[in-house]
Amino acid sequence: MEKINIEGTDDTPKVVIDSEAGVFMISGRSLPEDVITFYQPIMNWLDSYSLKTPLKLDVKLEYFNTASSKIILDILLKLEELSEKSITTSINWHYDANDEDMQEAGEEFSEMVNVPFELIKY
Amino acid sequence: MNAFYELYNVMNGKHIIMIYEGEFNQEITKTVLSMTENSFGDFGIESGIRKKIFNVMVEVLQNICKHQYNNHSAEPSALFLVGDNETDFIIVSGNIIENSKIEIVKSKIDKVNSMSKIELKEFYKVSRLESTLSDVGGAGLGFIDIARKTGEKIEYEFSPVTSEYSFFSQLARISKNDLND
Repeated sequence: MEKINIEGTDDTPKVVIDSEAGVFMISGRSLPEDVITFYQPIMNWLDSYSLKTPLKLDVKLEYFNTASSKIILDILLKLEELSEKSITTSINWHYDANDEDMQEAGEEFSEMVNVPFELIKY
Repeated sequence: MNAFYELYNVMNGKHIIMIYEGEFNQEITKTVLSMTENSFGDFGIESGIRKKIFNVMVEVLQNICKHQYNNHSAEPSALFLVGDNETDFIIVSGNIIENSKIEIVKSKIDKVNSMSKIELKEFYKVSRLESTLSDVGGAGLGFIDIARKTGEKIEYEFSPVTSEYSFFSQLARISKNDLND
């Protein structure tokens, strides 16, 4: 599988995907004006995921806008689809101990997808 | 509503953290965000409230970018302000809107303003699941998110300018005290 390594900016997150190393991480800030274009490579990557190795997504975001929230849900739902094809998927949602909104956002995502979901305080 | 009398007092008392008037786009949004973040330190604002202010700012600024009226004869100009009084931080924006869109915006805000915290949570959840991203890349969740993050009503006003468009003013309030209620 192709590796993805996108550096973070003021309004887009850092994205690292390396299935051999077992890394799939989205971190930083996600508030781009055009979320579809930014997240397209990740969606394509998930659509073409053909391995049997477990896929664990780590989300460690400081901020995200509502459009990103929609796309993040789409990504989580894709992980759910993969789990229905007998690929083991899981999600770790990291949140700042002082950020109750981010904790609540994680709890709400966890209620919406049928994938093992862990909330991790940092 | 007394939002604009309050705005007058904020400006008069110079309790302004940031004010910007002019063209709005994503680059300017980023600049406004980073300038405000830099001033947060000077105002000694704690991190939970800082994040709330930042989140609400993002939604307000991107609403302007995506929905401001542009008649293509002049640069669209809008107003954005972050200030505070003794009890609240306030985020005020003003931009030109087509009269034909007033009802849509008004009904969206009135709807979220009528909802309790629990109703807003459910409405956000359902809306996010059902929404599709628009041509301008919006998920239609901005006002719900602002209402949830602030826990307060969104105050607004439409001031007629011409038969074609009006000036839309909006004020979001974030309490300095009860952070999560």
